[in-house]
Amino acid sequence: MLRITCPHCGVRDEVEFRYRGDASVQRPPADADAAAFVAYVYERDNPRGWHHEWWYHAAGCRQYLQLWRHTVTHTIHAVGTATDTLTPPHGMVDR
Amino acid sequence: MSGPRRITTGLLTDASRPVEFSFDGRRVRGLHGDTVASALLADGARLVGRSFKYHRPRGIVTAGHEEPCALVDLQSADGPAPNRPATIVEIADGLEVVSQNRWPSLSFDLMAVNGLFAPLFSAGFYYKTFMWPGKAWERLFEPAIRRAAGLGVLDRAERGQQTTQPHTEEPVHDHTDVLVIGSGAAGLAAARRLAGSGVRVMLLERDVVAGGGTLLDPRWAAWRTAALEDIATDARLRVLTRTQVIGAYDHGVFAAVETLPPSAQGGGAAASPRERLRVIRTRRVLLATGANERWIACSGNDRPGVMQAGAALAYLRRYGVAVAERPVLFTNNDWAYESAVALHEAGVRIAAIVDPRPASAAAARATAVGITVHHGAMVTAIEGRREVRTVQVARSDGQALTTIQTDGVLLSGGHQPESALATQAGGSLQWREDLAAFAAVLPDRLGATAGAVAGSFGLAAATRDGEAAASRIAAVLGSTRAPDTRARSGTSPTDAPPADPETSPLLALWEVPGRGKAFVDLQHDVTVEDIRQAHREGYTHIEHAKRYSTHGMATDQGRIGGLLGAAVLAAARGQTLPEVGLPTPRPYIHPTTFGALAGGEVGAHLRPVRKFPAHASHVALDATFVPAGLWLRPLVYSQTPGWEPVLRESRAVREAVGVGDASSLGKVDVQGPDAARFLDYIYANRFSTLAVGKARYGIMLREDGCLLDDGTTSRLGERHFLLTTTTANHTAVLEHLEFQSQVVHPEWDVQLTDVTDQWAQFSIAGPRARDLLQRVMPGQDLSNTAVPFMAALPAHIAGVRGRLFRISFSGELAYEVAVPTDRADEVWNALLEAGRPLGVLPYGVDALNTLRTEKGHVTTAELDGNTTAYDLGFERMLKADGDYVGRVLARRPGLTSSTRRQLVGLRPIRKDAKLVAGAILVDPAAPKVNIGDVTSCTPSVLVEGWVGLGLLAGGRGRIGSRLLAVSPLHGESTEVEIITPHWFDPENARVRA
Amino acid sequence: MSVPPRPADARRPHAFRASGRYSALRLLREALGGHQGWRRAWRKAEPRKEYQVVIVGGGGHGLATAYYLANHFGITDVAVVEKGPIGLGNVGRNTTIIRSTYYRPENIRFYDHSLRLWEGLEQELNFNAMVSQRGVVYTYHTDGQRDHMIRRANDMRLAGADCVELDRAALKALIPAISLDSGRFPVLGAFMQPRGGTVRHDAVAWGYARGASEAGVDIIEHCEVTGLRQANGRVTGVETTRGFIGAGTVCLAVAGHSSHLAGMAGIRLPIETHALQAFVSEAIKPFLDVVLMFGAGHFYISQSDKGGMVFGGAIDAHNTYAQRGTQWIAQEVAAEGVALLPALARLRILRQWAGVMDMTMDGTPIISKLPLDGLVMNGGWCYGGFKAIPAGGYTAAHLIAHGEAHPLTAHMDVGRFAAGLTVDEPGTGPFPWAH
Repeated sequence: MLRITCPHCGVRDEVEFRYRGDASVQRPPADADAAAFVAYVYERDNPRGWHHEWWYHAAGCRQYLQLWRHTVTHTIHAVGTATDTLTPPHGMVDR
Repeated sequence: MSGPRRITTGLLTDASRPVEFSFDGRRVRGLHGDTVASALLADGARLVGRSFKYHRPRGIVTAGHEEPCALVDLQSADGPAPNRPATIVEIADGLEVVSQNRWPSLSFDLMAVNGLFAPLFSAGFYYKTFMWPGKAWERLFEPAIRRAAGLGVLDRAERGQQTTQPHTEEPVHDHTDVLVIGSGAAGLAAARRLAGSGVRVMLLERDVVAGGGTLLDPRWAAWRTAALEDIATDARLRVLTRTQVIGAYDHGVFAAVETLPPSAQGGGAAASPRERLRVIRTRRVLLATGANERWIACSGNDRPGVMQAGAALAYLRRYGVAVAERPVLFTNNDWAYESAVALHEAGVRIAAIVDPRPASAAAARATAVGITVHHGAMVTAIEGRREVRTVQVARSDGQALTTIQTDGVLLSGGHQPESALATQAGGSLQWREDLAAFAAVLPDRLGATAGAVAGSFGLAAATRDGEAAASRIAAVLGSTRAPDTRARSGTSPTDAPPADPETSPLLALWEVPGRGKAFVDLQHDVTVEDIRQAHREGYTHIEHAKRYSTHGMATDQGRIGGLLGAAVLAAARGQTLPEVGLPTPRPYIHPTTFGALAGGEVGAHLRPVRKFPAHASHVALDATFVPAGLWLRPLVYSQTPGWEPVLRESRAVREAVGVGDASSLGKVDVQGPDAARFLDYIYANRFSTLAVGKARYGIMLREDGCLLDDGTTSRLGERHFLLTTTTANHTAVLEHLEFQSQVVHPEWDVQLTDVTDQWAQFSIAGPRARDLLQRVMPGQDLSNTAVPFMAALPAHIAGVRGRLFRISFSGELAYEVAVPTDRADEVWNALLEAGRPLGVLPYGVDALNTLRTEKGHVTTAELDGNTTAYDLGFERMLKADGDYVGRVLARRPGLTSSTRRQLVGLRPIRKDAKLVAGAILVDPAAPKVNIGDVTSCTPSVLVEGWVGLGLLAGGRGRIGSRLLAVSPLHGESTEVEIITPHWFDPENARVRA
Repeated sequence: MSVPPRPADARRPHAFRASGRYSALRLLREALGGHQGWRRAWRKAEPRKEYQVVIVGGGGHGLATAYYLANHFGITDVAVVEKGPIGLGNVGRNTTIIRSTYYRPENIRFYDHSLRLWEGLEQELNFNAMVSQRGVVYTYHTDGQRDHMIRRANDMRLAGADCVELDRAALKALIPAISLDSGRFPVLGAFMQPRGGTVRHDAVAWGYARGASEAGVDIIEHCEVTGLRQANGRVTGVETTRGFIGAGTVCLAVAGHSSHLAGMAGIRLPIETHALQAFVSEAIKPFLDVVLMFGAGHFYISQSDKGGMVFGGAIDAHNTYAQRGTQWIAQEVAAEGVALLPALARLRILRQWAGVMDMTMDGTPIISKLPLDGLVMNGGWCYGGFKAIPAGGYTAAHLIAHGEAHPLTAHMDVGRFAAGLTVDEPGTGPFPWAH
């Protein structure tokens, strides 16, 4: 069970959260073409390593959090609110 | 009175408290503190079980959790508990213990005939035969194999309520700074070092008392007592015995199962011990899990009476039991000598010690007290069928040396650190040539290993190791207070740790060549030849060899034979053990009951129940309830099955008035300067143009363009909306709204609040709805001018302040009223009371389904996550301008094609024909091709016969045509006419009446 | 469209010259000789410089693809490269269930074709994988659920698969241990696919490996692919830890890791990797004779021939490549198990583990050409890859041999996402963690 340090609530068990997927993809502007939206909705890097992702603190503050988490070790590098600018782990750049 | 083999006082047994239990119906007397195994051994028993494959007679091999052979079923009124190790089950008066895997009896087991065919039953034999003829596997071979396999017995028949009440308690959640696992010399020393340091410590011990290996050496009693006293002085340091850690998980989470002692379980004969799951979060873990004594592969090493050397010492020290009258010890190391010497000192005649090494320090000590030691020798065969009778001893070069009469063989092939937990926690294994074993190491960021698990054998060495590890952890955790408690008591001469005896190195010995079966896995009957055969057939990787031979997959998970099997494989491969490695150890460290993991959230408590605010009123009206997610919704106000009560309610709505409870609809309060803009983005249709005091039906899409949900949303103020969701999608929609608000458009000032539980909401539907409402809203102008269709305004209903909406799902003149939940019963009953002269009936989900199906309104049966606005005929609602979720991808060709399944209405041609929800629509010309489904159907109260809704390929183009609704499951085929779904009151005249 | 029969020109497999044919007689003969005469089930091949086809991944699908290529499509110049030993990925860590219980006709046809291949597999492979068609049973707990399952049963029967309805009495007779009324969600009835069942999972990998090896396929273990080499818009081979291996066609059969491998060619797939946990209990005497699926949760269970109860639950929500379980899902699974079969409360669970799955964005697998000439994939199996091994291998071999999709897998093309032709059975949308 992951232990996630919510910036609002403190360290909480994974069961309080709902996962919400890849945070590296961003919604294209409204006038973007279908290909851009297909990439946004479907295509993923799915890295074996550091992953930038959304978690929703459903049973807590109901805020979306962004995490950098490693998909093999599950180590959490950083947690932030939806609008924070997080420093990625060394060597990582966000899409 | 407590067995002929009880020769002295045990540390754990109380001679003044006899306990009587039964084994295979025979009454056995033991002492309070005994395990089933120690009591049976004291009683002189040898044979306690049968092996998995060959049904060979088996005895007690260990004194603890890793027991592979002495597994028993525990019986009681509330069902059997299978496969319990007799070596850890504490006896209690009246406990019924039954042996396993034998028929008709333990001593005469007909299945032992398998042993005659043993040459056929080699590794993987079942992969190579039983293939002909094709169906024979299920009919003939598999049932026979299934019956022969398996060990214990679980009730095939449900025993009713009893078995739904497992003897468990709620899981317990623990938080600590340091988790010390194992209370042997290393664990105790570590905990003692941490006492008073200011960090929180939990010390877990799976044994019934703390002490581990120190319990087996009387010289350590004083030290142990002092250590436990020191630990007890610190309130931040908790010691839990009978607590087995079962797994290590991410982020410092450990799971453990605490078994309560029989005295805490109420009643005498508790078949299934009360257990308590503990979920422990810790900052660091200190693993002091010890080591397991391992087996030597020699012929007959499975005979009843062959036992780990350390187990014999445990039975003597803990329970005062001599496991044999004239045992032989076969060992390759000095640690095992302690068992022989202790038994000797207790008056047991040691027949001989057989040691392949030429000499050793321990051998010298044994010789000095008069025990015969055969140096440079090995046991080549252990003989005797139901119990050991003789052992054959040969010199290391194979030359026969002697035959020894004996009734017990103590085996020790050295020790393998109990490393599974360390591996799971993120540690690694290091090969130690001097121990011929893998020691476990844990990185500092996780904690440490100490004592035997880390390769520090010897109690004194373990204490030093434990203290050092504790000091490192205390330093990392930033403890400022002096951690060394030895200043208080540890330096006094009485409790100084005794020195370890001088030991000579072991000689790695895995296998003794010889005739007859030499087992590496006792429970699964895997022999050295099976391992070699697996290798011969190419199953050379350790995981392949394990799976092909089933080695190490039994309940003991290879605790005593795992390394041995790997060594045999390594020899076959011509490689070293580190090159071969060990299989990955998975949780659970010790088998764990479903009951312990499940806790109390079983049976009726599997999930919480959400009841409507007016639930009591629905119960009083004799409602039948249906689960909808966690909700219980009134299905129909009758206990009578069938359509009649449903149609009575539907008819009331069509002809007079009905009152329904819609409280489970999700309700989200949306406020802020950007609320209207936000809703324009969320919904595919427009909300910014909605006037205050009005409601609008909206559809929202997922970003992939499919429909997510629908519902009405009302504008309560310029910057204030109330959004409703379907019952099923409430949580998903809320999460979606928050995502769009917080993540995609954080720049917009919008506040979302879930107010679902704040409001009870009732619908009043039917031609007399206005009349009814007027009676509970005297003085309120309910005219079409004051409260037009889709009005939404504050109001007092039956004197209760709430909201009034003029919306309709049934197609009738209808209103919904929302009132605070605590006034729900009051308002509900007032509505029914006021409606009585008007012929009101309460109506449930089934009637609502009839009404909305007739009206052509969709619900989750049609909004199935794949339908689009185009499919449902909503394409005109899609905004032409402005961004909204799903706008771009909804236009993909695959989502707008006119050949997609589209919503249609259905009517059987024959008015006496039923429709089946789940029937398939086919063209009579191609009756095997699925072109659509019947999604909803009902007997109609508007027209004769049944009506339905369906999703049909190119449906709008097929209106007026005839198809078949087929249900091969029921052997039914009904000719239907495809009609518009909106055949009833298409102008909405009734709604606007 | 009906299910195509096995190709008439299929070469019946081989005489098992290398490993020797398995039979009761052979077993007896070997037993008399102390089992010294058994030979390797598959050759431990060394990589050659080049192959017509290189299949990346020695799991169930990779080995099956190689087997069918060599034995049914006449292409024997094939290598299977596997980073570890074969058969230890998802084929060696699943809950062994086979079934064709789907809603969409195209899925039913595909998985039922797989069932048909399972039905003759042991004779074809001369390897007893213990295909046990004991029946797969689904409970339902509401009328709505019943209607949904009626639709599925009808879809299945129309497509040629089997499915029957069980009332409460029939269900109780079949599974005496089931609790119909004491739980939070009383059981109203059940549906059963009698032809569904279980298979001894490890044996599937070994059986296909042996059959492929006998036909000339090189199975190269401990050979990890580190790159995909391409020239002029076409794949030319794979870089491995044992050197470059040239290939006319490269097939990725690495479910769980498809994104990683496709990423080597710069291709982003509509896949996330998630873990699915499974459990096995201690072995007990026969307790449950069918595969049982709990309709009010995420619990499913069967009993292995060895006696252990094999069961599982929901996937872990977050992306992960870690093959390990979590404690809280174990609690959920155990609670649902005890709710359905109360006697389980006293049974001890032996092991917990996890496999990593390719979870596609619509829940449907991908057997497809990828946007690089010569590169195809057999993956995206979500949590349902095991039962699909025979049909997945067969149709992927067809794609490789003929350069176009087998009709049964037309809907599994990766282009479906851009076109809006996704096949999303549960209707959860592009959220793999919610599938």
